[in-house]
Amino acid sequence: MISETHNEKRPNYLNPYFGGLLLGLLLLAVFFLAGRGLSATGALKLSIATVENIIAPGHVENSTYWSKFIPEDGSSPLFNWLVFAGLGTFFGGLISGAVYGRLGKLRVEHSPKINAKTRLVAAGIGGILFGIGSQFGRGCSSGAALSGTAAFSFGGLLVLMLMFGVGYVVAYFFRKLWI
Amino acid sequence: MWLLIFSENYGYKKIRIMGPLIPQGLIIGQWDFVIALLIGMAFGFILEASGFSSSRNIAGVFYGYNFVVLRVFFMALVVAMIGLLYFDYFGWINMDLVYVLPTFLPSMILGGVIMGFGFIIGGFCPGTSFTAAAIGKLDGFVFIGGVFIGIFLFGEGFPLFEEFYTAGALGNITIGEVIGMSNQMVTLGVTIVALVAFWGTWLIEKRVRKNIKLFKF
Repeated sequence: MISETHNEKRPNYLNPYFGGLLLGLLLLAVFFLAGRGLSATGALKLSIATVENIIAPGHVENSTYWSKFIPEDGSSPLFNWLVFAGLGTFFGGLISGAVYGRLGKLRVEHSPKINAKTRLVAAGIGGILFGIGSQFGRGCSSGAALSGTAAFSFGGLLVLMLMFGVGYVVAYFFRKLWI
Repeated sequence: MWLLIFSENYGYKKIRIMGPLIPQGLIIGQWDFVIALLIGMAFGFILEASGFSSSRNIAGVFYGYNFVVLRVFFMALVVAMIGLLYFDYFGWINMDLVYVLPTFLPSMILGGVIMGFGFIIGGFCPGTSFTAAAIGKLDGFVFIGGVFIGIFLFGEGFPLFEEFYTAGALGNITIGEVIGMSNQMVTLGVTIVALVAFWGTWLIEKRVRKNIKLFKF
C-alpha cells in the first residue's frame, strides 16, 4: 500500500479566503437557481434506496424511511438533482486534481504515528458515523451546516456548532490519528 | 432581474423574473440536471483546489496547525448570507421560496454530535471524501463506503427511532426567529464572529507552525 506521510513542499492550494469566496458565490448561485443549497449525502442515500428497491422492492415499500425516496410515477430515484450534483462533485475534484497535479495512484494519507491500515479503519468508522449522523441531522456539513445556516436555518446552525464543537472537545483523545 | 423574451404575437418583450428559478418551473426540459452536474463539478473543484482532498489538512482545524476548513467555511457562509440579503433587497430572489432546513431539536442535536465524532475520526465529511477519492486517496473511498453503510444502517433501524427522529419539530424556523433578531442582524453577528475567528486562528496557526518543518498535508 502506498503511504503518504510527509510532504516537504508547500502544496499548491487556493488561498483559503479566495476558495471560500468562490464557494459562497457558488452557494448563492445554487440558491438562485434551485432555491436550496448544496448536498453531498443525498446522492448516496438515493443510491442505496435504488439498489434496495431493485433487490427487495417489498422491503422498501414497507419501510417508512426508504419508501419516501421512491418516486410514485415509477421513475428511478436516481433521476434526481442530488445525484447529478453528487456525480459532479466527484468529477470536479478529479478536474481540480488534474489541473493542480495532485492526481495519483491509489494511496493512503496518514500521520507517521499510525500505519495505513489504522487510517483506513478510522476512515471507515468516521464514514459510518457521518452516514448515521447526517440522517439524524437532516444533512451533513454541506447540506445542514453550510447550506442550512446560509439560508438562516436554526437547525443548520445547531448542527454546525455541534459538529465543530464536539470535534474540539474530543480532539485530544484522537490526536494520534493526526499529529 | 429582467429578461428579454421573444414571442410570435408580441415581438420582443421585457419580463421581470425572480429567483429561485427551478421551484417556479422556469427551467424546463430537464436542463436542471445539466445545471446540477455543473454545480456539482464547481463544488468538487473548489473543495479540491482549497485543499479538502487531504484529511490531514482538514483535521488541522482541531489541532491548530491548519485552519483552512474554518477559513473556507466561514468565508463561504458570510458571502452566501450577505449575498442572499442583497438578492432579497434588490428583488432578485423570493425568499419565501428558499428552503429553510426544518429543525427537529433532539434528532439534530444527536446528529451533530455523531458527525462531530465522525469528523475527528474520519477526517473527511462526505463532500470532501468524494474529492479525495477522485484524486486517488484510498481513505477517501473507504470513507464513502462507510457513509453508505451508515445511511443503510440508519434506514434499516429507522422503525426503532422514528419517534425520536420527528420529535421536537420546530418547523422551518430561522436563527433570527429563535433569538429574536432580523436576518440582517444575524448576518452581522456571523460576519463579526468570522472576522474575529480569522484573526485569532491566524495567530494560533503562526505559533503552532513555528516548530513544524514538514508540511503535514
